[in-house]
Amino acid sequence: MTRQRSQSNNAAAIPSQRRLAAAALTFALLAIALAAACTPVSPYSPDDLLNPMLGGDTSVALSNATAFESAARNLNNDERRIFAVGDSFFTQNWVTAPASTEARDGLGPTFNAQSCSSCHTRDGRAKPPIRPDDPERGLLFRVSLPGADPATGAPLPHPAYGDQIQDRAILHIPPEGKVIALWSEVQGQYADGEPYSLIKPEYQLTQLAFGNIPDDIQISPRIAPIVPGMGLLEAIPEANILALADPADADADGISGKPNYVWDARRGATALGRFGWKANVPSVEQQVAGAFHGDIGVTSPLFPAENCPPAQTECQLALTGGEPEIPQERLDKVTFYTRTLAVPMMRDTDDPQVRRGAALFLRANCQACHTPMHTTGESDIPALSSQTILPYTDLLLHNMGDGLADGRPDFLADGDEWRTPPLWGIGLVQTVNRHTRFLHDGRARNLAEAILWHGGEGERSKQAFINFTREEREALLRFLNAL
Amino acid sequence: MRRILITSLTAALALLGAALLAGCQLADQGPDPDELKPAVIQNYANGAHALYSQSLASAQEMDAAIDTFLANPTPATLEAAKRAWLRARDDYGPTEVLRFYGGPIDNEEDGPEGLLNAWPMDEAYVDYVDGDASAGIINDPSIAINAATLVSLNEEGGEANVSTGWHAIEFLLWGQDMDANGPGARPLEDYTTNPNADRRAEYLRVSSDLLLAHLQDMVNAWASGASNYRAQFVAMDADQALANIITGAGALSKGELAGERMFVAYSERSQEDEHSCFSDNTNADIIGNARGVRMVITGDYGSVVGPGVLDLFAVQNPELAQRLELELAASVDATRRIPAPFDQHLTDTAPDSGFGRGQVLRAIQALERQADTIVEGAQAFGLTINTSV
Repeated sequence: MTRQRSQSNNAAAIPSQRRLAAAALTFALLAIALAAACTPVSPYSPDDLLNPMLGGDTSVALSNATAFESAARNLNNDERRIFAVGDSFFTQNWVTAPASTEARDGLGPTFNAQSCSSCHTRDGRAKPPIRPDDPERGLLFRVSLPGADPATGAPLPHPAYGDQIQDRAILHIPPEGKVIALWSEVQGQYADGEPYSLIKPEYQLTQLAFGNIPDDIQISPRIAPIVPGMGLLEAIPEANILALADPADADADGISGKPNYVWDARRGATALGRFGWKANVPSVEQQVAGAFHGDIGVTSPLFPAENCPPAQTECQLALTGGEPEIPQERLDKVTFYTRTLAVPMMRDTDDPQVRRGAALFLRANCQACHTPMHTTGESDIPALSSQTILPYTDLLLHNMGDGLADGRPDFLADGDEWRTPPLWGIGLVQTVNRHTRFLHDGRARNLAEAILWHGGEGERSKQAFINFTREEREALLRFLNAL
Repeated sequence: MRRILITSLTAALALLGAALLAGCQLADQGPDPDELKPAVIQNYANGAHALYSQSLASAQEMDAAIDTFLANPTPATLEAAKRAWLRARDDYGPTEVLRFYGGPIDNEEDGPEGLLNAWPMDEAYVDYVDGDASAGIINDPSIAINAATLVSLNEEGGEANVSTGWHAIEFLLWGQDMDANGPGARPLEDYTTNPNADRRAEYLRVSSDLLLAHLQDMVNAWASGASNYRAQFVAMDADQALANIITGAGALSKGELAGERMFVAYSERSQEDEHSCFSDNTNADIIGNARGVRMVITGDYGSVVGPGVLDLFAVQNPELAQRLELELAASVDATRRIPAPFDQHLTDTAPDSGFGRGQVLRAIQALERQADTIVEGAQAFGLTINTSV
């Protein structure tokens, strides 16, 4: 189905005088697609999914707690040095300015974390706070008012709280507030009668320092995902991503695939979004600079103003750690590091259960959004160029149903749309981060629950999983855990 | 031109002859890699035990000097405690080559590495700093100072929130280093009349005790004749054990020492990135690490000498082994020739063209080069070594 979709989309992109012919072609292909719908035909075979080199030549053979923190295998010594510097600025804590640690002062005034690694521990994934007094380390909350910025298309910040709740602050500056999660349990059962339960969070803002917020405030929880592979995702040619798009579901397979178009702060223009839970960020550099700014309170040439909304006067008067607090050359090194973290190799590809799981992954049509394979184009980092990779994402937005919806649009992403997250490395989260909390806010307590939360365009695949026998479900999970 | 050609042709023929001869020897009486491997592994285990035993012994002397200082804080007893810390560091440095493969020192479950040697410290997490007199655990009376608390607070909230180990003790003895020409100069009053002096003393005592306990665990883990990690190590698949041994050497040499500990500080000119920034002991730390790499590769641990990785490499590729031996000597030498203190090479005014920064870079290159050779040597045995950390 991916193949047909890509062709129909190409048709949409060609000049208008040829649209009629293209429409005819689309129609013909649609007919083929419909005919094929009875017996789904995937362009992938299970063997394609058992290629251990998930990150192409960058892949490293690591399956222990260091699996996410290694440099791409094919970096040269000069690049490894830049990687080491970036690693240092990713890992070490930032401190309040002024301090003797000059390279790393400029924390806050308000912030969520002191370093990238406080949330992306060992370059891995965060888990949500379980009890109300647990620190929110790695789960942050975006907020906005209805509407969008007319110039950039970005969500509208709240005048007192900005676009993100910073729950911590340096000494003598008030933090903005806290968010507490109230969990409720939802019961369900598989087709074979085996019961399951899901836990659903409801979020409440408390201890708000700058007055109450309006009822129509939009809140979106975002958890810190694993970091490896971002440079490879960035190197996928834009045309290849757009070729997978099918925003109006022209092939009527129930799966859309919508590109997000977002603000590129570097170029001062709109660009295709690739990163973030809503594909709301166009580049690794902007993801890194945005996190420094929003999460740690560190200014950079890309985001030079301290993150102090108009109402926060004490925040505005706080001492800074330089202007900007992270200079471009260091930001470049952290960006380089983030782009060149190696994807760990897949494990157990010879295991019959893993092989069976790969076939079931295709049978449940998971690959319709979790696109297994891509080929990168030319990158300014040679190690990332022309790599055949298996990230299991189309980098596109999909309606995931009411259960997962946050109700907060983000550029072109609707309140119920999320970007397909990559699956590479997913089976190593438990080893590296000692938990198995998945999805955008960590509500799923294991991979099965993550699948069971799928709705909307993922509903059919979820139903396929529910209808699997226990042995089939275990095989599918075994496959995912080998990634 | 012609002469060179003839010469190299002759040399090639000679080498071919030698290789054929060596082939016969290998088949007849040369060392069999499969017999050599267990000997290398055994010698490594003996060396690991010796290195930790020596480290424990000098740490016990440090602990005694700290007790003496805390019982009677004078400039002389403080100085003696500092000297004992410096001596003990010399013995700890080489043990770091035993890391990077999830062994006793850094396995996921209970490896104490993060409690022993994590760095750099966020000083303000432990004690007051310039500009913040009330910072740190010591100045927060709501936190009880005991071993359990300090362990639980270590790296809570970020990898740099270091509350225990060598560098916490170092910080408590020296204080912040605000002087490019000398180490930190913590006032004696911090242990007599200054606020929270008693809590600071307790913190120092507890940190030192913890360090001894963790080193004792390492000695026990590598002791022979016990049901411990060493027993598992010598029993595991020989290639796996070798991969572990070589990974420790390669990763320490390249990713950790040349990369994180040296190049980051060098390139960013940031004093906070040097290893022992409070005591200005970074030169000695670097030398200790480089010595550790050479010990594991050569099999010569000082008090323990036996077959090393180098002997194994020599079976497959004598040329590579010879080259590596020279590179190991060169890297230790290059680190020794970096003028102390290390932080003078990190100031904004230190020229790249000067000897100091040039020597730092030469040492980095030497460590990278030997790591690349180590990886190459391992490849001949089908072992893939990751030197990234």
